[in-house]
Amino acid sequence: MRLELIKRSAPAPAMRFLSPLLGLVLAVIAGAIMFSALGKAPDRALYAFFIEPVSEMWSVHELLIKAAPLILMGAGLCICFQSNNWNIGAEGQMIVGAIFGAALPILLPDVQNFLILPLMLIFGILGGMLYGFIPALLKAKFKTNEILTSLMLVYVAQMLLDWIVRGPWRNPEGLNFPESRRFHEWARIPEMFPADGRANWGFVIAVVVAIALGVMLAKSLKGFEVKVIGTSPKAAQFAGFDSKKMIFFAFLLAGGCAGLAGIIEVAGATGQLRPTVSPGYGFTAIIVAYLGRLNPIGAIVAGLVLALTYLGGEAAQISLGLSDKIARVFQGLILFFVLACDTLILYKIRLSFGAATKGAA
Amino acid sequence: MTQKSAEHLLQLDGISKYYGSFKANDRIDLSIMPGEIHALLGENGAGKSTLVKMLYGSLQPDEGQILWQGQKVNIANPAEARTLGIGMVFQHFSLFDALTVAENIALAMPKDQKLSDISKRLEAVSQEYGLPLKAGARIHDLSVGERQRVEIVRCLLQEPKLLILDEPTSVLTPQESEDLFKVLRRLSDEGTAILYISHKLAEVQALCQNATILRHGEVVADCIPANETPLSLAKMMVGDDIHEIAPRATGSDDAKVILKVTGLSATGLTGFETSLKDVNFSVRTGEIAGIAGIAGNGQNELFAVLSGERTTAPDMVQIDGEPVGGLSILQRRKKGAMFVSEERLGHAAVPEMSLSDNVVLTRHGLEDDLQTGPFVRHGTARKLKDKITEMFDVRKGNDDPPAMSLSGGNLQKFVLGREVMAGAKLVIVNQPTWGVDAGSAAQLRQNLIDLAATGAAILVISQDLDELFEISDRLATMAAGELSPFVPTAKTNRNEVGLKMTGVFAPAEGAH
Repeated sequence: MRLELIKRSAPAPAMRFLSPLLGLVLAVIAGAIMFSALGKAPDRALYAFFIEPVSEMWSVHELLIKAAPLILMGAGLCICFQSNNWNIGAEGQMIVGAIFGAALPILLPDVQNFLILPLMLIFGILGGMLYGFIPALLKAKFKTNEILTSLMLVYVAQMLLDWIVRGPWRNPEGLNFPESRRFHEWARIPEMFPADGRANWGFVIAVVVAIALGVMLAKSLKGFEVKVIGTSPKAAQFAGFDSKKMIFFAFLLAGGCAGLAGIIEVAGATGQLRPTVSPGYGFTAIIVAYLGRLNPIGAIVAGLVLALTYLGGEAAQISLGLSDKIARVFQGLILFFVLACDTLILYKIRLSFGAATKGAA
Repeated sequence: MTQKSAEHLLQLDGISKYYGSFKANDRIDLSIMPGEIHALLGENGAGKSTLVKMLYGSLQPDEGQILWQGQKVNIANPAEARTLGIGMVFQHFSLFDALTVAENIALAMPKDQKLSDISKRLEAVSQEYGLPLKAGARIHDLSVGERQRVEIVRCLLQEPKLLILDEPTSVLTPQESEDLFKVLRRLSDEGTAILYISHKLAEVQALCQNATILRHGEVVADCIPANETPLSLAKMMVGDDIHEIAPRATGSDDAKVILKVTGLSATGLTGFETSLKDVNFSVRTGEIAGIAGIAGNGQNELFAVLSGERTTAPDMVQIDGEPVGGLSILQRRKKGAMFVSEERLGHAAVPEMSLSDNVVLTRHGLEDDLQTGPFVRHGTARKLKDKITEMFDVRKGNDDPPAMSLSGGNLQKFVLGREVMAGAKLVIVNQPTWGVDAGSAAQLRQNLIDLAATGAAILVISQDLDELFEISDRLATMAAGELSPFVPTAKTNRNEVGLKMTGVFAPAEGAH
């Protein structure tokens, strides 16, 4: 007996939009089962995980802080994935963006004026683009598999950051802690409503960028090119679209978004470079892109949902006494169920008995 | 009833097959006697393939029954079909390129047979039937005709009582087809029944004793082909009167060379494909130049190089006197050259995208008001789509459906229309009516003729000799990456061209 996937003639249009919701619901059900297996009352645990973090104003602010990098990178990856370029290294591009942007306040601490923050953001973008350029060049020139190269470069970036904050950029007044100098006021992204919580304007930047990318994808010729190259490479060639140039466009765009996310994270929430700038946002952004239907606008909602799993993990640790790794488990469940739902929308399952039917052989 | 059916080898009784609400086969009756050569005639999409797949066990009928030698049978899979004695030669071969002839055949035989025994048997059988084959030859070194022999010999080794052939001559030269017919007649004399699927009327008349004609999944007629004319058969097949191509005046004196190809050589697209060897020709305003040849002899490479999907040295391809060999397809379109590729879905059109999006695919950069800055004006794209569908009679299910939902003929009309709607200096078409219904094919040919009348230079690459003789002014033949000299169509004939398809160019000079 075997399972066979059979392509449906036309997927139901309503299901295309319901599928991520269905995936979420299934992930929550699986989560409830997991909680009871861990000996916690599932209703109580789910409440702590999903509702508590948004029941108070200050923690909504925390949600926005965590959502900003997820939305930015998720939106960039939507374009990248749609054009058939599999950039798995947003995490590394984010780190390099953070290092590039942080170079200004760390190396030139005495330059303090209104120009410094915009320059930092631009440096952050350039850093991410530069780091995204490497796997793009390798793919375009040598046909290297970009999944491997971009992923491996993440570890290189993590080592680079670790070395730089322990070595050359360590805070001279920092009691030997592996941290950079704290950024001065001009180098910090201002908070939106300081009275309520810490959320900064980085969230607004992320939403604006995501909307801009959404408009580009839906309305511009470049967006059309992205979709054609992704769905039908030969037709793209016939249309005169250059798939090599697209490799660079996609990687530089996604890298730039990740770099911007990196500098927003360090110039916003943390205010200094530390040995880690991200708890895996760059990888979670892959889930954001898929949960958002590879649509940058969808990535805004998906980014908020995934940010909630980070907060939920912290909450589970505090009020339930569970490991915060539970957040990663939830993220994995969400990706798993969303992809499974997508598959079932495009294919139906048939149980078949007996031998496989072969062509003419 | 039972007595009568005992004489029949195969009887189909009210066979139906549904795909959702679509009736692919509707209560089909058909019977074949031992040793009979029976034609199954019909257009693309008439339901021939569906019917045959049910006979061969790849599909199951929803209604009706199959009687094999008078017994009701249920053919669950191809292995059971072979056990019963039904062999099939597919239109698209199922051979492994990297394996030898013997290895490919061994794959279809019971497991306990030795490769050396199979080699001996297959060479014996192939000699006996005049289908020479070497057991140790690798498939990728064989011509298309030889590959078909492998398929046929593979069936013959299983000593079938019924042999099904699906469009066997679509890949053969006229000479190779004649050789195939000899083999089939001999098999028939020995008592093997043959179900011969085709839409080529002449060969059905020459070969088959009986014919069943399908249209829209139903049997519309049973007849004896020899008693019919090609026109009467075609009418049964297509349903209404076939469009007659209007003749046109040719040979104007002030014709100017638009496309000039000089010393063009290029490597193959993939490992096993043919490379182009020193191709030279030119096409002038107002004429249709045709390139005949069996698929896979360099036509796709030639098309890629002419369209600019692959670039060459600048001088190798010239459009209107300008060297364009190094220009992209986009730049060549801007110079008035339009291209229609062989594959409609996935090359000339994105299957999943709407027709209006597919307008943008090749009209971007050509239409002034299709863009505002970086943004696409979808309203303009929809208007262009409406214009194309009206001008070229594209029939579609709803206003702006995805390209893949159109029938082959309608999509081809849309693709051709999209390319030529705003006029063209040069039109290069690869397989213009491949897989297209007869009505649309006639219209497409008429469109090409009308375009030539407006002064466009047209190059048609086609496998269909009838089509080339019908519309082209001059003909050349492509074989193994080489192009024969062009000859006026009126001064050559099918046999001569067929001979050239095998790579013998020498007689071409004698034709002048």
